[in-house]
Amino acid sequence: MAYKLCVCIKVVPRSAVAKRFDGTTHRLDRSGATELNPHDLYAVEEAVQLRERIGGELIAVTMAPDDGLESLRGALAMGVDRAVAVADPAIAGSDLLATSRVLAAALVRERPDVIVFGSLSADGGGAQLSAAVGERMGLPVLSGVRSIEVTDGRVRGIRQTTDSEVVVETVTPCIVGLGGSTNVPRYPAFRDIVAAKKKAIDCLSLADLGIDPATVGESGSRTEVLTITSPPTRNRGGDVVTDEGQGAAWLFEYLTSRGFA
Amino acid sequence: MTTAAEIGAARSDGVPLVFIELRKSVPTAGSLGLLGKARGLFGGAAAVVAGPGSGDVAATLGRYGADVAYFCDDPAVHQELPAPNVDVAASAIRAGGHRTVLFENSVVVADIVGALACRLEAGVIWDLQDLKQRDATLVGTKYVFDDSVAVEAGWSSDVRLAVFRLGILEPVEAAGQGTVTRLEPAIGADASRVTVVEQRHATVADVALASADVIVAGGRGLRDREALALLEDLADAIGGVVAVSMPLVDRGWYQHSRQVGQTGNKVRPRLYLACGISGQLGHRVGMEKSGLIVAINTDATAPIFGMCDAGLIGDLHQVVPELTRRIRAAHASVDHS
Ligand SMILES: Cc1cc2nc3c(=O)[nH]c(=O)nc-3n(C[C@H](O)[C@H](O)[C@H](O)COP(=O)(O)OP(=O)(O)OC[C@H]3O[C@@H](n4cnc5c(N)ncnc54)[C@H](O)[C@@H]3O)c2cc1C
Ligand SMILES: Nc1ncnc2c1ncn2[C@@H]1O[C@H](COP(=O)(O)O)[C@@H](O)[C@H]1O
Repeated sequence: MAYKLCVCIKVVPRSAVAKRFDGTTHRLDRSGATELNPHDLYAVEEAVQLRERIGGELIAVTMAPDDGLESLRGALAMGVDRAVAVADPAIAGSDLLATSRVLAAALVRERPDVIVFGSLSADGGGAQLSAAVGERMGLPVLSGVRSIEVTDGRVRGIRQTTDSEVVVETVTPCIVGLGGSTNVPRYPAFRDIVAAKKKAIDCLSLADLGIDPATVGESGSRTEVLTITSPPTRNRGGDVVTDEGQGAAWLFEYLTSRGFA
Repeated sequence: MTTAAEIGAARSDGVPLVFIELRKSVPTAGSLGLLGKARGLFGGAAAVVAGPGSGDVAATLGRYGADVAYFCDDPAVHQELPAPNVDVAASAIRAGGHRTVLFENSVVVADIVGALACRLEAGVIWDLQDLKQRDATLVGTKYVFDDSVAVEAGWSSDVRLAVFRLGILEPVEAAGQGTVTRLEPAIGADASRVTVVEQRHATVADVALASADVIVAGGRGLRDREALALLEDLADAIGGVVAVSMPLVDRGWYQHSRQVGQTGNKVRPRLYLACGISGQLGHRVGMEKSGLIVAINTDATAPIFGMCDAGLIGDLHQVVPELTRRIRAAHASVDHS
């Protein structure tokens, strides 16, 4: 039996771009340049490697209020076979509850054996989505893992915790959330980038998924941003200088003056 | 300050429930600190703790402010498995009709919260710096985008899940005494589908980072493994020990016992010298309480520069050996005088 694997990836505002918020909705302005969530590159790599070992089909699944979908081509170039994107304006402003509802509905259609999640959304995630989607789909979740092994319908991972390493195991179908930068994501070759342009990105609307728009977006969310301000400065007020050849000498002086070195 | 009237208003929807996380059967400091926070806001608190030995722990929680402590010592509860903890937390929420549930973040807590939120359709606000009452509603404060933006947020669900950033709260001893209640929830079939095959506790640490006076820390800016020698050398000269960010442990360059951060050690040396470390949240929560923080990084926009006492925008591969040479030279001249 051929395996079916999914990897959940998010398109986020490019990290170097200054963040702007809408004054009335308090939403993050997502209209600028976007990129694939850097943490999800490891998820894609892990999923591609897993597929290389066990075979089968690999599908990237994403949810985004509008397009920004070109960023998905990067994942396709790394070896993902096709992508499914739930893109519907009604999704804007979705919190964890609403996002997990949409993703679970999109994933159920694919009937995957293993669903891989990245470790964190760079635009303010809480590393909670894999567990949330697991609850909605009634699937077991191995999370915070640094490796994935699949043999005969059994899935094993090593979960890293504060003071130990735990080997955890479950059965397919299941969800696996990565614990960090567990691999070195590949740079696609030119021919893979070209090939990725021909791979399918299926766009689904909420109607396609049978989701009532009132249960997602802002109306389907249970948290609300009230104010956005500048934080009190937490800067220790330290000097930051550029090394123009004297950097080490400057640091040495600084450390000496503080009783170190 | 929370006024008596505000406490009255908050109390009308019940005292909050605090999730107590155990590590090797001992409650984490931050989760005990939540009890004090809950008391300050609502005038009372309940606690829930699960796992082997949790009955004994529950009996001590009154001391930190719990009026009621629920525990569940069902052998199916494993500290590292979120699913059974979700069942226990949900059962405690039902038992006491709690409408606010407080957590301190951790790898396991993030999973417990994600699942609990969906089970109860409860809103979650995470990475909280603080929680307050305003006009009898609960408001959470958090910082986003590398702490460059402050956000206040609120809930519109019946049950509110509030997750504090790691390391914000400290335990406060109260003279209180609480009652203890055993919970016997049905641990769901879902929970038992994940099993722990093996747990390897960190082998005896080769260094004790927690008690180190000076830490020379390296991150992905080291680029290749050979560069670790530069840090070892500097640590040797300055009388410190080497620590690393998570990606270097992921690459197998060092044991996990050398990792600083959310899933590693929390350290408080007199000097923390961060070389090629960007200073993202996962790392920062482990070291921001250090005495002096000094950073070397090629990227002027790295978040570490927003939280250091002295920062050098430069290449560690050049700066570190030169700094080591200068320190050694200074020692040599002292030795000869
Ligand atoms: C649930 C969870 C738990 C986590 N727990 C931890 C944890 O316990 N500990 C931890 O560290 N992280 C943890 N992280 C990861 C954390 O979010 C960051 O990804 C990680 O800390 C980044 O490590 P880094 O700074 O070494 O790498 P990067 O973020 O890649 O930064 C490398 C830095 O080096 C600089 N640099 C490059 N070349 C040079 C040079 N030649 N000289 C000087 N500087 C250079 C770059 O400008 C850059 O700022 C966790 C993440 C998650 C999701
Ligand atoms: N909108 C989204 N679409 C698809 N996957 C997502 C989305 N948001 C988050 N994820 C996945 O969930 C992981 C954890 O995200 P978070 O809980 O937001 O920190 C990410 O690394 C992604 O793999």
